Amino acid sequence: MNNTTAITSDFKRFIRFFLQELKPKGKWLTPFNIISIPVILLGTIILFIRFTQGLGSVTNLSQEFPWGFWIGFDVVIGVAFAGGAYIITFVVYVMKVEKYHSIVRVTVLNGLLAYIFYAGALVLDLGRPWHIINPIIGNSFGYNSVLFLVAWHFLLYMLAEFVEFSPVIAQWAQLEKVRKFVSALTLGAVIFGITLSMLHQSGLGALFLMAKPKIHPLWYSEFIPILFFVSSIFAGLSMIIFEGTISHKVFRNLIGEKSQHSFEEIILGMAKGAAISMFVYYFFKALIFIHEQQWELINDFWGYWYLVEVIGFVLIPCFMFAYAVKTRNTTIIRLAAIITLIGIILNRLNISVIAFKWDAVNKYYPSWEEIIVTLMVVFTEIWVFRWIVTRMPVFSKQH
Amino acid sequence: MDRRNFLKTTAAVCAATLPFKNIKAEETEMKTEFSGVLVDTTRCIGCRSCEVACSKEHDLYVPDIKNDSALESLRTTSEKQWTVVNRFETEKGEVFVKRQCLHCWQPACTAACLTNAMYKTKEGPVTWDGDKCMGCRYCMVSCPFDIPKFEYNEWNPKIQKCNMCFERLQQGKKPACVEACPTDALMFGSKRQLMEVARHRVYNYPDKYVHKIYGEHDVGGTGWLYLSAIPFEQIGFSTDLGTTPYPEYTKEFLFSVPLVLFSIPAFLLGLNLLTNRKNELSEKQGWKNE
Ligand code: SF4
Ligand code: SF4
Repeated sequence: MNNTTAITSDFKRFIRFFLQELKPKGKWLTPFNIISIPVILLGTIILFIRFTQGLGSVTNLSQEFPWGFWIGFDVVIGVAFAGGAYIITFVVYVMKVEKYHSIVRVTVLNGLLAYIFYAGALVLDLGRPWHIINPIIGNSFGYNSVLFLVAWHFLLYMLAEFVEFSPVIAQWAQLEKVRKFVSALTLGAVIFGITLSMLHQSGLGALFLMAKPKIHPLWYSEFIPILFFVSSIFAGLSMIIFEGTISHKVFRNLIGEKSQHSFEEIILGMAKGAAISMFVYYFFKALIFIHEQQWELINDFWGYWYLVEVIGFVLIPCFMFAYAVKTRNTTIIRLAAIITLIGIILNRLNISVIAFKWDAVNKYYPSWEEIIVTLMVVFTEIWVFRWIVTRMPVFSKQH
Repeated sequence: MDRRNFLKTTAAVCAATLPFKNIKAEETEMKTEFSGVLVDTTRCIGCRSCEVACSKEHDLYVPDIKNDSALESLRTTSEKQWTVVNRFETEKGEVFVKRQCLHCWQPACTAACLTNAMYKTKEGPVTWDGDKCMGCRYCMVSCPFDIPKFEYNEWNPKIQKCNMCFERLQQGKKPACVEACPTDALMFGSKRQLMEVARHRVYNYPDKYVHKIYGEHDVGGTGWLYLSAIPFEQIGFSTDLGTTPYPEYTKEFLFSVPLVLFSIPAFLLGLNLLTNRKNELSEKQGWKNE
């Protein structure tokens, strides 16, 4: 009995603590708040209309373009950007490279939140979201569906990421026993998480395999899954560089001088990884291009557009990374990371929206409502991120 | 062994050891034959009785067929009409073509559906179940004929597409459109019967028909078959969809999933143990300078 009373008192203490922590810390009228609050409010109104009057009332989706910005940008790109978490956990927990330990927590947190918000944005796009439970509870398993796999892997991966992050939560809530317990699960969760990531990163590409006649031949290939997986590596690394740079500016007071300095080293290491994976990716792309004999396709608008993507946003940043690693120039690395991220956006949007039904008369472009809701998703994620990092020991490196 | 063969063997191994559904095996075990419809476009007079019959049967928008203006432009099926007749001006005069879901033998839409809402019944029709569908529209992305349509302006949207009057078939009746057709342009039967009739017609009137039966092999074979007097490209058919059933395109990926799921964790664990050992060794020898 003693045990239960101890647990309930622990629990009560936690609730009190949690409620107290809910209160905002710091200034209210920051530029970010001034921009994000109206967007989030507007987005809520749009979503209300969307759920009462149908997707057509706020989106430009059509019978020809069943998937638009919410799938193409929020889900497909959001998940690629979140790839950093599985790479860093691989390097730190599997390969035991201590150098990157200081960014594990923040990267895992970013990954977890990205999945909750961006993969979660899938729900906004579902016509009958209340049936999302069907493929989960086994009501009706569509084993043969790639989307079935991807959806399940999203869920399981969120769980794995949550386990990886939970020691931080336990530490924050001062639940020492819980912390010990969940810490012991880390390696298992990491291994499971990496495997799931490989599968659903490539699975997102495999979604488009059956859309063969609809995607421009320069972007369609039976190797889309592999291309998606490889590109998620440098997408994730670039995102860490990008996010880390911003975090180190915004949350300077939370991050010690020492880790400020080691972050430079970390950036260099990641730039190296990005350069290599980008080169592999580029090589793959070139092989496919030659193998499928696509020369005739290159001499029109779509050909040029393809070259812009592959040369301008893959090969060039790849060289920039390589050059910057040699000369230890972190400014160029940051620039290359941004170009790479734009390249990923281009690539994913090309496959899901732009080169999808490239010859359609009524092309799809997102409505302003779709863009506002996307911004809303991003801003809310940043809010939650900020709430967590200002309270939990995310940046510090105590274990 | 080349890549494809390798994948096939591994796939077979997986299918044998795992509870994953083996589509091929199920198919051969099947006793009932898939039903379908043969559309002879040379017999169609464009009266659109089928459109009316279909809409009445399924409580959809009933078009006014006294007015021919709908034939002016090419129409697609829509969330309001499961079937439409289009008019084409060709070298052999006016040709009318009825369009609807082709009820593929191995449909892309059912392979796409993660809830089994799109379902290939053993009788042949591909049906949709509103209690299961979550409205992801992946079926629309995947169908090579762009047949499933979505109600974008409903809070509780449905996927709308021809179900070959599955309810009527179960009562032993023919599809409503087949029954409504005054010129026998539509013929209902098992694919085997329909192929016989179709071949017979092409064979007996070689000048009247092009020597292709659309749907015989396209996308792996469809339940609905078409005969035509002029090349199919000229009457709105895509003839470049290939003969591979669409689910095949994702099969390699799906079969590799269990492989990855088992091999990668083992590999990672091994790697982890290895690095552990290496770190220990280097620590012992005092290489680690931190
Ligand atoms: S035509 Fe399209 S909707 Fe009809 S069965 Fe084939 S894939 Fe499915
Ligand atoms: S929209 Fe419905 S029927 Fe189509 S794939 Fe999704 S769940 Fe299946």
